[in-house]
Amino acid sequence: MNIIVCIKQVPDTAEIKINPETNTLMREGVPSIINPFDLHALEAAVRIKEDLGARVTALTMGPPQAESSLREAISMGADDAVLLSDRAFAGSDTWATSYALAGAIRKLGADIVFCGKQAIDGDTAQVGPETAEFLDIPHVSYVRNIEWIRDNTIRVQRLMDEGYDVVESPLPVLLTVVKELNQPRMPSLKGKMAAKKAQIRMMGKADIEADEDSLGLKGSPTKVKSIFAPETKAGRMMIEGGPEEQVDILIKELRKIKCL
Amino acid sequence: MSIIVRQDKCTGCETCVDSCPFDAIEMRDGRAFINEYCNACTTCLPVCPEGAIIETEPAASDSARKFADYKDVLVFAEQREGRVAPVSLELLGAGRRLADELGSQLLAVLLGADESEAGELVKWGADRVYLCSDPVFGKFNDDTYAGALLRIIEEQKPSIVLAGATPVGRSFIPRVAARLRTGLTADCTSLEIDGETGNLVQIRPAFGGNIMASILCPDYRPQMATVRPRVMKRGQYDAGRTGEIIHTDFKDLNSRTKVVETVKEVSEVSVNLHEADIIVSGGRGAGGEKGFKILRELAEALGGAVGASRAAVDEGWIPYSHQVGQTGKTVNPKIYFACGISGAVQHLVGMQSSDIIIAVNKNPDAPIFNVATYGIVGDMFEIVPMLTAKIKELKGQQ
Ligand SMILES: Cc1cc2nc3c(=O)[nH]c(=O)nc-3n(C[C@H](O)[C@H](O)[C@H](O)COP(=O)(O)OP(=O)(O)OC[C@H]3O[C@@H](n4cnc5c(N)ncnc54)[C@H](O)[C@@H]3O)c2cc1C
Repeated sequence: MNIIVCIKQVPDTAEIKINPETNTLMREGVPSIINPFDLHALEAAVRIKEDLGARVTALTMGPPQAESSLREAISMGADDAVLLSDRAFAGSDTWATSYALAGAIRKLGADIVFCGKQAIDGDTAQVGPETAEFLDIPHVSYVRNIEWIRDNTIRVQRLMDEGYDVVESPLPVLLTVVKELNQPRMPSLKGKMAAKKAQIRMMGKADIEADEDSLGLKGSPTKVKSIFAPETKAGRMMIEGGPEEQVDILIKELRKIKCL
Repeated sequence: MSIIVRQDKCTGCETCVDSCPFDAIEMRDGRAFINEYCNACTTCLPVCPEGAIIETEPAASDSARKFADYKDVLVFAEQREGRVAPVSLELLGAGRRLADELGSQLLAVLLGADESEAGELVKWGADRVYLCSDPVFGKFNDDTYAGALLRIIEEQKPSIVLAGATPVGRSFIPRVAARLRTGLTADCTSLEIDGETGNLVQIRPAFGGNIMASILCPDYRPQMATVRPRVMKRGQYDAGRTGEIIHTDFKDLNSRTKVVETVKEVSEVSVNLHEADIIVSGGRGAGGEKGFKILRELAEALGGAVGASRAAVDEGWIPYSHQVGQTGKTVNPKIYFACGISGAVQHLVGMQSSDIIIAVNKNPDAPIFNVATYGIVGDMFEIVPMLTAKIKELKGQQ
């Protein structure tokens, strides 16, 4: 069985802020990490490999420095790593990202494709389902448990608002995963050695037989027109006094604005 | 259209470098240089004190003419167990406003519900409802939902398509956008029509809520967006309003996936966090199950739901389904109580769009106070039970 795990290198968004005066992103010194959800995707793939036998390939589309994320994926149990990188991919929105990823996955071949639920920078959660559509394979989002895989079928649990659905799908399938699925392992010593030595396979636009007009900024239907800082809430109030007084003031305030 | 730096004007001050959301500005030989990661978003233009960054060609604004065929606004109306979901009414509110502005019709697609529910959509503002009551839509499968919606979009050619940014919408709508070769903006919090071009201006949070982005889809139709629940206002309900209900059949749709079971995880307070008007949340400061008991009592007194920060969930005090934040749910109730929650950014991104935030924390320096509408420095074990008692008293009087 071949499993591909799509990973994205992202800035640690917990540390990114926007300067409200200049409207600029303050990302100096913000570290790059593997998108946290993708670690769970990778862990799921490695566990399937351990249980049933599989070859796990980590795939990322990004600039050359994304290679470090691929090496990290190998240290956590991926067998191979592919860096899809080309100037032509720059500026891709989710449509163009998915188009390119699907091109690479088609070339590599996969029975299961794993994605994270969403990337913590773009936050769209669209790349997984769009990639599945381009590959013309089914997908299940928000997978929180994999019950079994047999006879070319997989049964998973899909997290919903009020519980979960148990869903069966034929292979090949694309799954996007949430954090309850598992606890990602730490890299092993052996893994770290392997990561150092690993050959990262490079792919560019010629390798995925892409339609030039569907790549990068040119191929992207959405355009980011501007960014700005979120509004901060006006009318902030610290309620002073002893506990009883504080509670009374709060109730009065809430009644004033008709919330009680 | 592309963005360039006039090398004769650039002073090398580096102000623009950090303004770029795409990391596309670098310094080369002491001057700013725009590399291939540029998205032509123009964020950097006003930032340059020298006016050295310019757009080489202004954006084309003839999309209105090019897309003359694409007129209406279409809303995907999600149902749950056959009843129209609250987010659908919010979408109709937003869709009605956009359709009126464009002078077009508001269409709705309703799958897996009956005619009376379709009638409700009309009363909430739809002009035309495409209804399919086939029980196949009672369970959510991406293939059937995407197939049905795709067919109606291809026939009706709407200019705008809106769906809820719910587990259902966020799962199958991207497939539809991929197939239609059009843009999809995720999780929008504001939608406006640009008066000049007629394009839909879509505002959404990104980078974990640290920034807001304004997004366009100028060259493709339809313009598609998922919309965050509880952000848009419902329209006027008009019991006398009439519209057309069109029964539609999709006999030949097949799903590769199969839902074999639907499990409801009913917790003690089984109010859906996404739909609650009031949420009472606890964090590490709740100290244990005992702390959550008093929070639950407040929630019950207010008819609200109980939420939690990741710290409390990781401690095992409350199930994950209650978790609010980056790795949990995004909520925006009318009132959010954050009790014993320090306010790490990962939690804030899940709740900071709540109308009113009330924070109770022992530590006066806790970052939660930066987003709180009302802040109380104090012990939640003292404050919360007192508040519950007084609210019960008040409600008893009414
Ligand atoms: C401020 C801002 C707002 C944006 N808004 C939109 C928008 O509304 N619509 C839109 O179409 N685009 C948008 N984009 C562009 C979008 O962020 C990029 O296309 C990005 O490359 C993919 O989207 P995402 O980060 O949301 O990933 P998601 O769709 O959230 O990622 C889900 C999963 O897909 C996989 N994946 C994603 N990217 C890669 C990759 N490069 N390599 C390998 N695997 C990957 C990972 O497994 C990941 O966990 C926006 C960009 C910015 C900067």
